[in-house]
Amino acid sequence: MKMRFWGVRGSIPSPGPHTMRYGGNTTCIEVRSDDDSLIILDAGTGIFPLGQELLKRLPVRANVFMTHTHWDHIQGLPFFTPLYIPGNSVRIHGGYDVVAGRGIDQIVDVQLQYSYFPVREAEMRGRIEYATVSIGIPVAVGDATVTPLLLNHPVVNYGYRIDCNGKSVFFTGDHEPWSNIYAPEDEGYREYQQIVDQQQAQLDASLAGLDLLVADSSYTAAEYSSRTGWGHGTLEGNIAWAQRLGAKKLVCTHHEPTRSDEDLERAFEAALETAGPGQAGDGAPEIMLAREGLELVL
Amino acid sequence: MRRAWKAQRCPPSRLALRRAECRADEDLELGALTPELERKLGAAVERMPAFPRSVQKILELTRNINCLPKEVVAVIEMDPVMTVKILKVINSAYYSLPSRITSVSQSVVYLGINTIKNLSLGFAAVGILPRMNAAGFDVQRYLLHSLVVAGTARQLATQSARGEVDPGDCYIAGLLHDFGKIVFAQFLTAEFHDALRYSAERGVPLHEAELAVIGVDHGLAGALLARRWTFSAELVDCIRDHHDPRAEPSAMIDCLRVADQVVRYRAIGDAGNPWRATEAPAAPLRFGDDMEAIVARVGSLEKIVEDAMMFAQVGKEQ
Repeated sequence: MKMRFWGVRGSIPSPGPHTMRYGGNTTCIEVRSDDDSLIILDAGTGIFPLGQELLKRLPVRANVFMTHTHWDHIQGLPFFTPLYIPGNSVRIHGGYDVVAGRGIDQIVDVQLQYSYFPVREAEMRGRIEYATVSIGIPVAVGDATVTPLLLNHPVVNYGYRIDCNGKSVFFTGDHEPWSNIYAPEDEGYREYQQIVDQQQAQLDASLAGLDLLVADSSYTAAEYSSRTGWGHGTLEGNIAWAQRLGAKKLVCTHHEPTRSDEDLERAFEAALETAGPGQAGDGAPEIMLAREGLELVL
Repeated sequence: MRRAWKAQRCPPSRLALRRAECRADEDLELGALTPELERKLGAAVERMPAFPRSVQKILELTRNINCLPKEVVAVIEMDPVMTVKILKVINSAYYSLPSRITSVSQSVVYLGINTIKNLSLGFAAVGILPRMNAAGFDVQRYLLHSLVVAGTARQLATQSARGEVDPGDCYIAGLLHDFGKIVFAQFLTAEFHDALRYSAERGVPLHEAELAVIGVDHGLAGALLARRWTFSAELVDCIRDHHDPRAEPSAMIDCLRVADQVVRYRAIGDAGNPWRATEAPAAPLRFGDDMEAIVARVGSLEKIVEDAMMFAQVGKEQ
């Protein structure tokens, strides 16, 4: 299985001299299974350069898995050029939005409304299909399976575990680890904590034997205290999580749009230092920052 | 519509038979509540407004981007309509969760507080339940009854069934046990009005009057809806059987039935079914058969009643 990162930035595209090395495009990851089936995780602005690359080898057969529908994860979809070319087929997978009462198909339809985009979905000449995912129900793509797991974000967000011939990767999309909404002295504290612990344990059990964890690491632990409830994780928290899971590798992504390359590296180094030198022994995960163009082979 | 209902009336004497059949084959769809009507009532609940206080509180809380999640949960947990709608979403096929979710807190962990907040805002936008309806059913005194039964059932579970049942599940059972009545009051108004009158005039319990007039009682109607929304089997059974003296005892139904009886005995709130001196004790095996002793054992409900009154917006009743 191979992966390539096409967009690693959170919230809003952030091009410019300060983000040259890690990149300014929002979330998009290309995954190739062993039989070369194409899985695309999220359709942030990084999907545009990916689409250009795919045009070199037509027809395109792609399965796009949307973690959630916040702008930075869907913004590139109307600019995914393969959608416009007859003979291509793209299946878009995603969750059901319970608040809006809409499935993934209608959400895309809303994005392509007259006021917001000049082309209607009906005018796109590629074949587009939609599939709604359910928690824990695997979807087969070529020789890989993609399993959606429900995570925690201000909108319903699925993380996706991809397994292919004994290798595995999990991408969180946007995720803030569950925490207790009650203070320790509140009546509901203990009961809620039990549910939180159970939920985390269930997720960890579903991620057993992971080769690669790609996790939303928007903040530093210090920044997090003023951003609780915003739906994102921390560098420090994900390092600890990867260690606990026994994952072989951790890639930290969804970088803060305001963070320059230098600031990002500084924050990363500080987080590694917090994790401590004792963690660098045998079996400890290899930890790195996601950057545009990063390629990994599992 | 009303004529069709009346054609399907059956006498109260058939109650026991229906109940026995119901338990025997686990088929909830006996009686006059046809699948078509069940669908109609189920769909109608979507349009059912929530209680005034929760609508007001939700609108107030959600104006502040930094509102505390626990405050939103506290409001939803006090409103049977909002609670039903949240549990309905979380247990829906969209999520295919391996186990049934029975609490608002669990729903928050699964869906995230922002989603729950936005769902509740949607429920608030439906409007508010008017205090009185054409059925002559006072929804705020009904809410007071439901809230105090919920709090009492939770207290009983903690006091007398520790380790056997989750007290939080008993709270939900108490909050939702009479949900069928509010659905009747809202969507089978004329029939429910007749049932209330039948019950008062003939001195029979309301569920028997409902069976006679509507053809189905609020327990079965509530249970059918709860099953349709794939609530936990224990909760569905509790709602169905809370008036059935022959129901299989369990920690949850024992706590619920005794809580219901104590609250009616003390005349706190009113769900159209006052306590009768002829009533047999609800769960004698667990709680004994002396009503005064049961009431004494439950102890003061002052805190539960105070909180409930404040939320239900009714004056002190005793």
